Amino acid sequence: MGRYRILEDVAIADCALALEGDTLDDLFATAARALAELMVDPATLPSDAARTITLEAPALDLLLHDWLAELIFLKDRDAAIFPCADVRITGDGPFGLRAAVRGGTIDPARTALRADAKAVTFHQLGVERTAEGWRARVVIDI
Amino acid sequence: MELRRIDDCVWEIPPSAKPGMRVPARLYASEALLAGMDQGVFEQVTNVACLPGIVRAAFCMPDGHWGYGFPIGGVAAFRADTGVISPGGIGFDINCGMRLLRTHLTEAEVRPRLRELVAGLFAAVPAGVGARGFVRCTRAEFRRVMVEGARWCVEEGYGWPEDLDRIEGRGALAGADPDAVSERAVERGHNQLGTLGSGNHYLEIQVVPPDGIHDPTTAAAFGITGPGQVVIMLHCGSRGFGHQIGTDYLRAFVGAMARHGIVVRDRELACAPFRSPEGQAYFGAMNAAANTAFANRQVITHRVREVMGRVFGADPRALGLEVVYDVCHNTAKLERHRVDGETLELVVHRKGATRAFGPGAPDLPAAYRAVGQPVIIGGSMETGSALLVGTAHAMEETFGSTAHGAGRTMSRHEAKRRVSGAALLRDLEARGIVVQAASQSGVAEEAGFAYKDLAAVVDVLDRVGLSRKVATFVPIGNVKG
Repeated sequence: MGRYRILEDVAIADCALALEGDTLDDLFATAARALAELMVDPATLPSDAARTITLEAPALDLLLHDWLAELIFLKDRDAAIFPCADVRITGDGPFGLRAAVRGGTIDPARTALRADAKAVTFHQLGVERTAEGWRARVVIDI
Repeated sequence: MELRRIDDCVWEIPPSAKPGMRVPARLYASEALLAGMDQGVFEQVTNVACLPGIVRAAFCMPDGHWGYGFPIGGVAAFRADTGVISPGGIGFDINCGMRLLRTHLTEAEVRPRLRELVAGLFAAVPAGVGARGFVRCTRAEFRRVMVEGARWCVEEGYGWPEDLDRIEGRGALAGADPDAVSERAVERGHNQLGTLGSGNHYLEIQVVPPDGIHDPTTAAAFGITGPGQVVIMLHCGSRGFGHQIGTDYLRAFVGAMARHGIVVRDRELACAPFRSPEGQAYFGAMNAAANTAFANRQVITHRVREVMGRVFGADPRALGLEVVYDVCHNTAKLERHRVDGETLELVVHRKGATRAFGPGAPDLPAAYRAVGQPVIIGGSMETGSALLVGTAHAMEETFGSTAHGAGRTMSRHEAKRRVSGAALLRDLEARGIVVQAASQSGVAEEAGFAYKDLAAVVDVLDRVGLSRKVATFVPIGNVKG
């Protein structure tokens, strides 16, 4: 299971995330979890929402951008947050993504709200392979 | 990086400091504020100085801090004929801005009903992640909102005709193009009209403190009459609609730069020639988002009037609930300014910065033409806010621009480590500030200690002449996302 931490000295009004995953699929699933935990306490979400997402991008960093941007879009259009994702990434440029995401619709009476993510920025955006797996950095506009 | 002191509170990084800089970078700050700016500010403002078509300088205001792409507090103007437009130089929250309403009420009249008032506003203005707005409009009507902005609201009964005179651009920027807006942006944001958002967005009840009037003549021109007067301040933007337009176009510009032979030091500065098809499409979509932000603040104003009328048992007109002014923070606007003795058409980017037109400038309502444009500087929910006025000097130096707020000094995470939302709410309550928030952690993130000293920021603006102090306000009630 992947890990993430918040980089506190980068873009201080926003949220810079350092992500790590054992595999690329794991890295992208971890990114979804980090984004969800930024916006709400997932334990307070109902379990009533699921989607399938398919994307394609010419580079991995652009794919990560588009993946998180899609989840932010669903947050506003459907008031739905998806902390859990089974992600499958294929290809070596262009890259394809197919994900089954699970989560819930925000219930104003029950869901503990955190920050409203506005967008995925390109500032310091990057995805790279490491000896242990994969890592990425992304700054989310708050 | 070489930093030259030009004046008491004016600093300049020469073009020789970084390869590719076309103009100097100029920062406005006291020594203390400068020392508190993170390294990212200097990197980012010099990156902006490298962009094609930039004129005079890349500016950073005293509230400047490390953003993404542009620094927050950044101002840059590009020639419309040969320069660029950059979505990252505007930000995703297009036309995030401030609106100030005055009242005839005094603190003594409001205090007994403060809790009821804050609760009423919290119930009437949806806030926080996933909130839906109270305005229902069809897709066809939403296209009208994109073009007509606040005017659509007034025609639909959400406001008074005279409100429009007191909004930058009369609440509807020219050039909005609904056809340049993606279906995704409409899907994402059309149901959010009348929502506050989260982060640093708020709806605040404020009072003029005993020493809060700095320029009585100008304050009177803005309807700010003296200590004890209650005002309402609103900070919010274009919500998911604008965020999606920024996302769509930034993504497209990242791919389009190679075609235009543009190289940037940070992809968040992705840009396109202003006169290119991409540049014009973004400008049309950005203006559509700006107009929906004006509409958002207008319908919230309507809600404020409804709630205050109910709480105080009076017609909102009798309460004197008039708009003082509404200013944008995140925009690119086509303006004409003098540069090196020549009047140029410029695309003025303000990212976390406020227009601050001086006396006699175009676009000012008749009532303010002689004194200059009101400049609303939002502070934290603990420390207060300020009202300033634009100057002729700002027109000459920064294309009529000034700061927008106090500016953060601390990460959101660090603020939450230092105080819990519940503890801060209790502390504020004990100090007579009633807060209702959609997110307790969001309250902690916006603690006063996470921001610079607003008085120090305002003092620099006053000393360098980019705007003059008129009045200050302190909070007594706050609704937060």
